[in-house]
Amino acid sequence: MAEQTHPTSTASLQTREDGGLLADAPPEVLDIQPGLADGTGPTGSVKVEKSKGKRLGVMGWLALGWMVLVLLMAVVPTLFPIPALEERSRDAIVSGNFGPQSGHWLGVDGSGYDMASKVVHGARASMTVAVGGITFALLIGGFLGLISGYFRGKVDTVIVGAFNVMLAMPALILALTLATVFATGDNVSYARRVFIVMLAIGIVSIPIIGRIARANTLAWAEREFVLASRLLGTKTPRIIWREVLPNVAPAMFSIALLGVGVAIVAEGGLALLGVGVPASITSPSWGNLIATLRSQLFLGRPWGVFAPSVAIFLTILSLNYLGDVVRARFDVRESVL
Amino acid sequence: MAGSGKAHLRDGSLLRVEDLVVEFPAGPGRKVHAVSGISLDVVEGETLGLVGESGCGKSTTGKAIMQMPRPTSGTVAFEGEALTSLKGEALRQTRPTMQMIFQDPISSLNPRRKVGDIIGEPLRVWGRGDADEREKKVREVLEAVGIDPDAAMPRRPHQFSGGQCQRISIARALMLDPRVIICDEPVSALDVSVQAQILNLLEDMKARYGLTLIFIAHDLAVVKNVSDRVAVMYLGKVCEVGPPDTLYEEPAHHYTAALLSAIPVPDPEAERLDAGGIGGELPSPLDPPSGCRFRTRCPEAQERCAAEEPLMREVGVNHFVACHFPRIGGTAPPDASVPVTVSQH
Amino acid sequence: MDDAHEGPVLEVTDLETNFKTPAGLVRAVDGVSLSLERGKTIGIVGESGSGKSVLSRSIMGLLPSGNVVRKGSVRYQGQEIGELTPNQLRDFWGPEMAMIFQDPMTSLNPVMKIGNQITESIRYHLDQSKSESRETALALLQSVRIPEPTKRLNEYPHQLSGGMRQRVCIAVALACGPRLLIADEPTTALDVTVQSQILDLLQGQQEARFMAMILVTHDLGVVAGRTDEIAVMYAGQIVERAPTKVLFSKMKMPYTEALLKSIPKIENPSHTRLLAISGRPPSLVSPPSGCRFEPRCLYAQDRCREEMPPLMLAETPGHEYRCWFPVGTPEGKAALEKNLREKETPVGVDTSALVNG
Repeated sequence: MAEQTHPTSTASLQTREDGGLLADAPPEVLDIQPGLADGTGPTGSVKVEKSKGKRLGVMGWLALGWMVLVLLMAVVPTLFPIPALEERSRDAIVSGNFGPQSGHWLGVDGSGYDMASKVVHGARASMTVAVGGITFALLIGGFLGLISGYFRGKVDTVIVGAFNVMLAMPALILALTLATVFATGDNVSYARRVFIVMLAIGIVSIPIIGRIARANTLAWAEREFVLASRLLGTKTPRIIWREVLPNVAPAMFSIALLGVGVAIVAEGGLALLGVGVPASITSPSWGNLIATLRSQLFLGRPWGVFAPSVAIFLTILSLNYLGDVVRARFDVRESVL
Repeated sequence: MAGSGKAHLRDGSLLRVEDLVVEFPAGPGRKVHAVSGISLDVVEGETLGLVGESGCGKSTTGKAIMQMPRPTSGTVAFEGEALTSLKGEALRQTRPTMQMIFQDPISSLNPRRKVGDIIGEPLRVWGRGDADEREKKVREVLEAVGIDPDAAMPRRPHQFSGGQCQRISIARALMLDPRVIICDEPVSALDVSVQAQILNLLEDMKARYGLTLIFIAHDLAVVKNVSDRVAVMYLGKVCEVGPPDTLYEEPAHHYTAALLSAIPVPDPEAERLDAGGIGGELPSPLDPPSGCRFRTRCPEAQERCAAEEPLMREVGVNHFVACHFPRIGGTAPPDASVPVTVSQH
Repeated sequence: MDDAHEGPVLEVTDLETNFKTPAGLVRAVDGVSLSLERGKTIGIVGESGSGKSVLSRSIMGLLPSGNVVRKGSVRYQGQEIGELTPNQLRDFWGPEMAMIFQDPMTSLNPVMKIGNQITESIRYHLDQSKSESRETALALLQSVRIPEPTKRLNEYPHQLSGGMRQRVCIAVALACGPRLLIADEPTTALDVTVQSQILDLLQGQQEARFMAMILVTHDLGVVAGRTDEIAVMYAGQIVERAPTKVLFSKMKMPYTEALLKSIPKIENPSHTRLLAISGRPPSLVSPPSGCRFEPRCLYAQDRCREEMPPLMLAETPGHEYRCWFPVGTPEGKAALEKNLREKETPVGVDTSALVNG
């Protein structure tokens, strides 16, 4: 049959079957790409992408450096040459000098406690709440967004409806409600209250991350490689996991990094309302530091608010910058044409 | 909904499509009639060319044959087994036998995965072979499509040109040793000089792996070059089916003739036929014309064309046309056995 | 503009358009010269990346100023385009030069009525009143054969089919009566039946208005019957230029020949083996120092790699080509036969397919 219907193609194939496999392939099959060996495509965009991805820039390194520092503060605060949390500076109170001074390079608060020490120790609570909350949102929101964008139809309608309801609720009120219902009272442990704050932040972040995940999934699931994978008989979870998620993840991570910044601020907001991480001398968080020390602003002692504010400011700035870097770095040039 | 007849269907075909209908919802109470009851078949080792302009439903037909999305009605049978009645896992089990290649070579490959990984995926999905056997197969197929495995496997798709990406897509489609490959406009996104490479490659792969192809394209010359049988589609219907050499030499359907006359010929001495032969606009697939769908633009349209849908009938050897007043083969006899079908619209 | 200008409407001399990229200088257009007289049509044929679109944008003065390095000259009726200020250019586009793009959907404003899109430039350039310009727009829509033109004036682009949109784009381009019309792949996004209608329309308008026209395309079939002259571009250079009939009957450049042979032809029987061109166009960052087509050429000899052929004159006036071993000459024949004997060219392009084909 084949020989009858394709005389020309079989004839030319036979002539090529004399030699080896690749060596005898017709010239048109050997799609020689001139630049491939040295890593440059015809327009050189392969190289462009590499240099763009590898260069972090001064700002990038600074941002990364700060985040590493914050991480160290949160994990091993003992690494830092700072006074103990309980230690009060009699000198500062006596002299009335609350500003930066020897031994207290970020000043002291109105009671003479060292601010540097508070900021370093406060990093743990703040980062736990923010990173934990956003990770939670990333898992739940990302999952819902992927499901919603991939399956569309009724699933999508339900999930998007839920997102909209959640977005319509004032985030602070939702968090406030959660915190007051589950984490007020006398016998509530510190850990539980931190967990509730984390959960509150996580829940309000779900629709934001979920919508980003859904929008990206909608776009990527349209691509023909996803269809090709379905036609190969790949089971749906594997398609979502191996084909869709890796493409959606950069956008999700990028927004999650911004989310961590927002969450740190939100923790401060909750602290101001008295439902944040519970404040005590030994359990500072950046948010509750600002909340408890804000009254000192009016007494002309800004240092108590200044230090944690700067820490929050630098962290958010760094996260925003790193978020952009992540997005740019994973922005695959899809074509060299 | 009346089909366009099945006179052109043969016995013993590998893939048989009957009365395929695909409709998409388009707002309240409206639907797009993308494919309206077409019948096609392919015998083993044959290449069926499906040609038509954009909006004629040729790509939708290709996807509906793959059950992706499932057709609204009609049957698709592979070796007598109706894919249209299979569900879930049973349908999945048939996947390796039929594969598809798409128009956009860049979009066809996951930009985050390495080429070796992409090509090996079908084998992993079906748990075929161990790691060594899989790699051997990947290398063999990559070499067959003219891609150097050592250079290509660790790279990602964006480091390749369009033509190379299309070769990689072809390699992926070949990994499960399919019987049928549906090629949906596989060369229309490629440069002229690369088109010929891919067309030659498809012919070679067809011979080497004993494939049966359905080749969907808008370019009549390309379709003629690769096909053993050509079906011309217009607005969700098949107009004409025949062997390429006769069909192009002596088109029976007025639409086929108009299409052929519109092709620009790379020869300044060639006498250009009056290209005004096909006027008017493509009717909306939301509300297709009654009777013959081409009648609104057909130079020979008569009252009968609006009232009665033409059925497939043989006008030459293996040459079928759905037209009451074709260019060859004489006027269609009024068929008493078939009730006059007036479309609902 | 000087109406009494003598000589060609457009003169391009040694034009170079380079883009600065992190990977190096991309030589998109590399030493192109051509001239065009009123009432004539030139076809520019090339694959993607050949520089044909960059060339047409360079002529229009449409390139961004940022990372572009331009050399050489583009003169429109004696006026150097590169010397015009952005404001002068704006006065130029419309009454002097106009352009039609590939995708009619993106070149029209989706939220503006078709009538307004046409009258906008008429009122700006020709200083017509609102009602006058509307009359002009109506006449234009009629001239590009849009049915029910009065109704169309109040419609939006999405209400029209692709072919109708391209007709509107042509009407917009013709609105101020340009002397030079550049059509950049005007039919690539359209169906074949619509393509021939649009090409006929362009040709008719070009003849009726005695415009100079540049028809940029990748399809030799599109330019074959509709141009006076054809320039074939490859990797930023014009590799062959000739009057249309001469190009098809006496082509000298192996690339032109290969391009023509690689296209499936409707008159050939099915399953005719195609003579594909191997490989792909070279990098424009570091193009081959010799002939740019040499790595893919069946005629290639050692000399082709070592020395870039200049544009040489053929026996027919107006026919130029860049090749040491041109098609249809004794040298070319000898070169091809040598490669066929050795089964490959000096760089290893397999020529055996040609023997079998």
